[in-house]
Amino acid sequence: MLDLSASFDPEAYAAAAAPLLGLSLDPRWLDSVTANLRVLAKAAELVSGFPLADEVEAAPSFEA
Amino acid sequence: MSARQHPSAGSLADLVNRRQRSARDVVTEALDRIGRHDPRVNAFTDLLTGRALARADALDDELDGGGPPKPLAGVPFAVKNLIDIAGLPTRAGSKINRERPPASRDGALVRRLEAAGAILVGALNMGEYAYDFTGENVHDGDAHNPHALDHMTGGSSGGSGAALAAGMVPLTLGSDTNGSIRVPAAFCGCFGLKPTYGRLSRAGSFPFVGSLDHLGPMARSVSDLALAYDAMQGPDPDDPVATTRPPEPALPALDAGIDGLRIAVAGGYFARGGDPEAFAAVARVAEALGARGTVELPEAARARAAAYLITAAEGATLHLDRLRTRPQDFDPAVRDRLIAGAMLPAAHVERAQRFRRWYRTRVLDLFDTVDVILAPTTPCRAPRGGQTHFVLDGVTLPVRANIGVFTQPISFIGLPVVAAPVWLDDGLPLGVQVIAAPWREDLALRVAHHLERTGICAAPIAELA
Repeated sequence: MLDLSASFDPEAYAAAAAPLLGLSLDPRWLDSVTANLRVLAKAAELVSGFPLADEVEAAPSFEA
Repeated sequence: MSARQHPSAGSLADLVNRRQRSARDVVTEALDRIGRHDPRVNAFTDLLTGRALARADALDDELDGGGPPKPLAGVPFAVKNLIDIAGLPTRAGSKINRERPPASRDGALVRRLEAAGAILVGALNMGEYAYDFTGENVHDGDAHNPHALDHMTGGSSGGSGAALAAGMVPLTLGSDTNGSIRVPAAFCGCFGLKPTYGRLSRAGSFPFVGSLDHLGPMARSVSDLALAYDAMQGPDPDDPVATTRPPEPALPALDAGIDGLRIAVAGGYFARGGDPEAFAAVARVAEALGARGTVELPEAARARAAAYLITAAEGATLHLDRLRTRPQDFDPAVRDRLIAGAMLPAAHVERAQRFRRWYRTRVLDLFDTVDVILAPTTPCRAPRGGQTHFVLDGVTLPVRANIGVFTQPISFIGLPVVAAPVWLDDGLPLGVQVIAAPWREDLALRVAHHLERTGICAAPIAELA
């Protein structure tokens, strides 16, 4: 089982990523932003933990 | 409430076409009811009194002059405020968008409904930028559930559900990216259609997640859903993902019943993680339909997670400039989710899109053996307004992120769904998703219509003093 969240430090990550995105992080938002990052990390762990064949292409412009 | 006061859209159109009621009379009655009840329900953010009455008069003149009948003649309707209305800034539930220039023309679906004789009376409350399952809005105030005013409407098309449940209009439009038509349909006890991805034009609406966004109708009867759906179909070059398929009307076969249809219940992921009543609602519907088999949508939990990641990333990308320049003007809860989404590594988003392809293939295979799949719409009844957490299967979870656990794996691959309301007892309603293969809205509508005719599903109007 892929474990992305155990060593993930969302506070440090948010502080490092914000300048790359041109975002200013108000310290009062940090708890909420990092809580959301933890949820996203869990979701990413679930999706990334599933094996996919190399031939499976992305469906960004989805057609039913 | 008498049927005279609250007829269906179809029967109103019939009366107007036969000139037994004028469109002005019908529209005036709707505006009066909105005026009486909306101060407590807060479904509407804009009323279009002058425009609506002028169009009603024009329709009356046309019909009095021998003009042809129209399928939605004189039917008052309202739209979620992310759909363009000429002369109004399209606010999409936000403070920031109020500074946009007024829309130069109505959204495509508004134009199509009005071409069919319907009359737009207003714009409806919604969660900010549609990133919401609650129906709460810090800028316009929360929409309140007409069946219990201290409870959520569900969102993000909260006003669209509330306006129906309050009997203000018989038809509304909503949008659904991860469940935003189906959730308020369940919580407010009305019907909603999330069509196949690409079926109905989204031109002239404010986007959220382009690869997941749908528009669709909500109503108090399935025949009204079908009427509106048929009037809105058709290609539209202004929406890059709108289908080029010709319209496939659902109304002609709506009464065909369920004979010959293979109907199964979604098991596994869709049979746990919710309150017992959510599954009791599905069981009641399944029994009424004689659906005894189950099917398992493979890896549905991962599908939900992948939809969550794509939503976070695409939504954040859409709003990144606004997050940079005026973050203080967002709903804080929406802003902080979007900021986190902007920080999501591209590798995770791309992986989610690749998983989407895998999941689509596997789920479409299921439709070789079934025509319709049943699943709960929400894991619980409408929470109380302001409630931030709930307990599902013994686990405490945040409300805002988890109301859509059963809707997200379905919209993720664009399947058409009718959300049908079920009333198990004297409490608030629950919802069941009636899910079909892509482009088979007709089957989902047929099954939902059967459930309505047999009294299993219903959309009563709330008793508002």
